Amino acid sequence: MPEKILTIVERAYHGTLEEQDDTVLWFNSMLLAKAPGLGFLLRGNAVNYAVSTQDASGLEIGGASFGKPPEIANDVRFLLDRNVPVYAIAEDIDERGISRERLLQGLREIHRSDLAPLLDQYDAVWHW
Amino acid sequence: MSDAPAIRKKTLTVALMDGPYVSNNPTTAFRIVDAALRKGYNVNVFAYESAVELSIAKQQPHQNPVKQRTVEEADHPTTKRLVENLFDSSRRNGAKLDWIACGLCVDERGSFDQIEGVRRGGPGDFLDWARQSDQTLVIATK
Repeated sequence: MPEKILTIVERAYHGTLEEQDDTVLWFNSMLLAKAPGLGFLLRGNAVNYAVSTQDASGLEIGGASFGKPPEIANDVRFLLDRNVPVYAIAEDIDERGISRERLLQGLREIHRSDLAPLLDQYDAVWHW
Repeated sequence: MSDAPAIRKKTLTVALMDGPYVSNNPTTAFRIVDAALRKGYNVNVFAYESAVELSIAKQQPHQNPVKQRTVEEADHPTTKRLVENLFDSSRRNGAKLDWIACGLCVDERGSFDQIEGVRRGGPGDFLDWARQSDQTLVIATK
């Protein structure tokens, strides 16, 4: 029975405006109370989820505004505030030119070469 | 009554996110589920996001004007029929197929009219299944 589960978020910003959040972050955040061993790994474009200066507000389509825009960084901060480990691949951050001062505090950067040992620490890996 | 020890059935859990007609993922999932049921394994399917549309009861097959085929000739394979086929397969093979459609995903799509056998649930059900299963597959939208 897996107690330690690492959920990997790679697909980013697909349907987040309509959903008002990221569906994978939302789904797994729903599990926190029942799965205290849950951890998150952001990779690929999803490393941008840890950028604190995102602002998706102000969108209008056909004259109708999206009332509540997604606040993805807050969704990641929600995890960090609860001491849920959130990892991000350092090379993916570098490749996108994201400066470190824009990242949420508490984010745990790991190098791709350290990915296998990280996966070994978990009973199950869910790659969404 | 046999004294032979009962053989515990294996259980596979699948999370699926893609809806009908947008990728090969549902077909891949259906094939995996079908193969497991044929082996007599119990299978759980958690339909998340657009995957709740796979089992809408009012899906209708259509004609193919390009190929000038009638509805009957086209024999269009709706996904709800494929899901129904999987339920039939589970009964034939003495296996249990449990299929949950994410309730909030159903609500936001208005996909309330689901085929028989599909029930509402949430992420917690998926976690429970994952803990109780021999293996779990996540087939996500990419």
